[in-house]
Amino acid sequence: MLDRELKRRIVNRLVLVISCLTAVFGIFMLGWILADVIVRGVAAINWGFFTELPTPPGMEGGGLGNCIAGTLLMTVTAALIAIPLGLMAGIYLAEFGRDCFFAVTVRLLADIMVSAPSIVVGVFVYLIMVKTTGHFSGYAGAVSLAILMLPVVIRTTEEMLSLVSREMREAALALGSSYPGMMFSVILKAARSGLVTGVMLAVARVAGETAPLLFTALNSPYWMNGMNEPMANLTVTLFNYAMSPYDDWHALAWGAALMITVSVLVVTVVTRMVLGTARKRI
Amino acid sequence: MNEKDMAVSVNNLDFFYGENQVLFGNSLNIHRNRVTAFIGPSGCGKSTHIRCYNRMFGLYKGQRASGEIIIDGKNVLDPSTPELALRRKVGMIFQKPTPFPMSVFDNIAYGLKLHGVKKRTDLEGRVEKALKGAALWDEVKDLLHKGGTALSGGQQQRLCIARAIAVEPEVILMDEPCSALDPIATARVEELIEDLKNRFTIVIVTHNMQQAARVSDYTAYMYLGRMVEFGATADIFTNPAQKETEDYITGRFG
Repeated sequence: MLDRELKRRIVNRLVLVISCLTAVFGIFMLGWILADVIVRGVAAINWGFFTELPTPPGMEGGGLGNCIAGTLLMTVTAALIAIPLGLMAGIYLAEFGRDCFFAVTVRLLADIMVSAPSIVVGVFVYLIMVKTTGHFSGYAGAVSLAILMLPVVIRTTEEMLSLVSREMREAALALGSSYPGMMFSVILKAARSGLVTGVMLAVARVAGETAPLLFTALNSPYWMNGMNEPMANLTVTLFNYAMSPYDDWHALAWGAALMITVSVLVVTVVTRMVLGTARKRI
Repeated sequence: MNEKDMAVSVNNLDFFYGENQVLFGNSLNIHRNRVTAFIGPSGCGKSTHIRCYNRMFGLYKGQRASGEIIIDGKNVLDPSTPELALRRKVGMIFQKPTPFPMSVFDNIAYGLKLHGVKKRTDLEGRVEKALKGAALWDEVKDLLHKGGTALSGGQQQRLCIARAIAVEPEVILMDEPCSALDPIATARVEELIEDLKNRFTIVIVTHNMQQAARVSDYTAYMYLGRMVEFGATADIFTNPAQKETEDYITGRFG
């Protein structure tokens, strides 16, 4: 009897120690990366970083203003394409298609697309948009990001909608609501926080993508002049600068890394805060 | 029995889940302004039976009913009976409280808006009336614009009842309305049912035989999809005509 109890206590303690150690290890690595990015990145950040164009190596000053603008514009454009399409497809899968052959196929494809390597998407958009038009463009960049976002939005939308209970649907229908009426006025509201999380997850996923932009938007040392031309962006610039042999470019690369990290962090934190207050209100 | 006293007449109702028949020739008359309870072991078809009254089963592929359910002179199983009109006449309360993700006020206004009440002042009057009717007004009158999900479980269920009675249905279906509530909340809902039957016809499915005995005027005992016995609650519980009913009620079976 006692023996068994002792054994249980030892096993308990052992598992506790091991799980704590792995947690500490994970958090330590994350903290290390973050700390490094912050310490080195902050050194590169000043007013000029946001407002000036990149300068040739060796020249004083210079910033990544055009890259920040380009990344922002392409990400927003991609979101504008992918969010409505993804929400609609997710609603279709959860509510209307359910088990028909077409829906099952779409669901399978979306699952495959979620884990598709982003470089493949980049090459695909290169073939259909860059090759055919003969030049790199911000549009192509936005489209490749949108393709990456789409399956994430579709699948999270579907999952969040299927979490809403059957009774909730029936309750709305039992009051005389039509199926679409019930969807839009009750179910989407009930799933709202989950849907927003899904969308933000998708934005965060593409915000740090480099490979698809390398083949589509390429990069540019100038301020943008519309989206129908190669477009400066943080990730490709970060890649180029980090690979270069110049110290001042390295510094800017750290600055770019910090920008990307902070923006993803801000998006995530703000979403959570908004959701938190919304949940309290309802 | 006068036909005017009947809120629902069920004749020969059969129900199928795909190929699988689960209701067999159910027939009974539900009295107006009375509480009718359906009792029977799990899976006997009680819920399936009452879900035919508002055609809720139509939502699911492969589920179909045949026979006749007459409410207000129309056969509700006839596809030409419009759903919106039917569901205005037949409200439903579910096992789990189902407050919508919106304020207490909007929860009740939701059904009213669907049935054409648009003016703000009308809505306010009807919402207040419904909440008073569901004995919830005093508890929530200062929380009308707070979320419905912030109420307690018992309050949520009464909110759902208020939402159902707001559109002034003739019949209210309750599918085990107290099974997720504690005894005190259950007692309040039972009191409410007693009160509501002055204005509505109530059909309640319950697993709790004491509850059926307490709240209902008529009781139907179902077993394996068949209507074994239907009659005044006092008779069913004290002097059942069928041996099967007696066995179930006395706990020898089920």
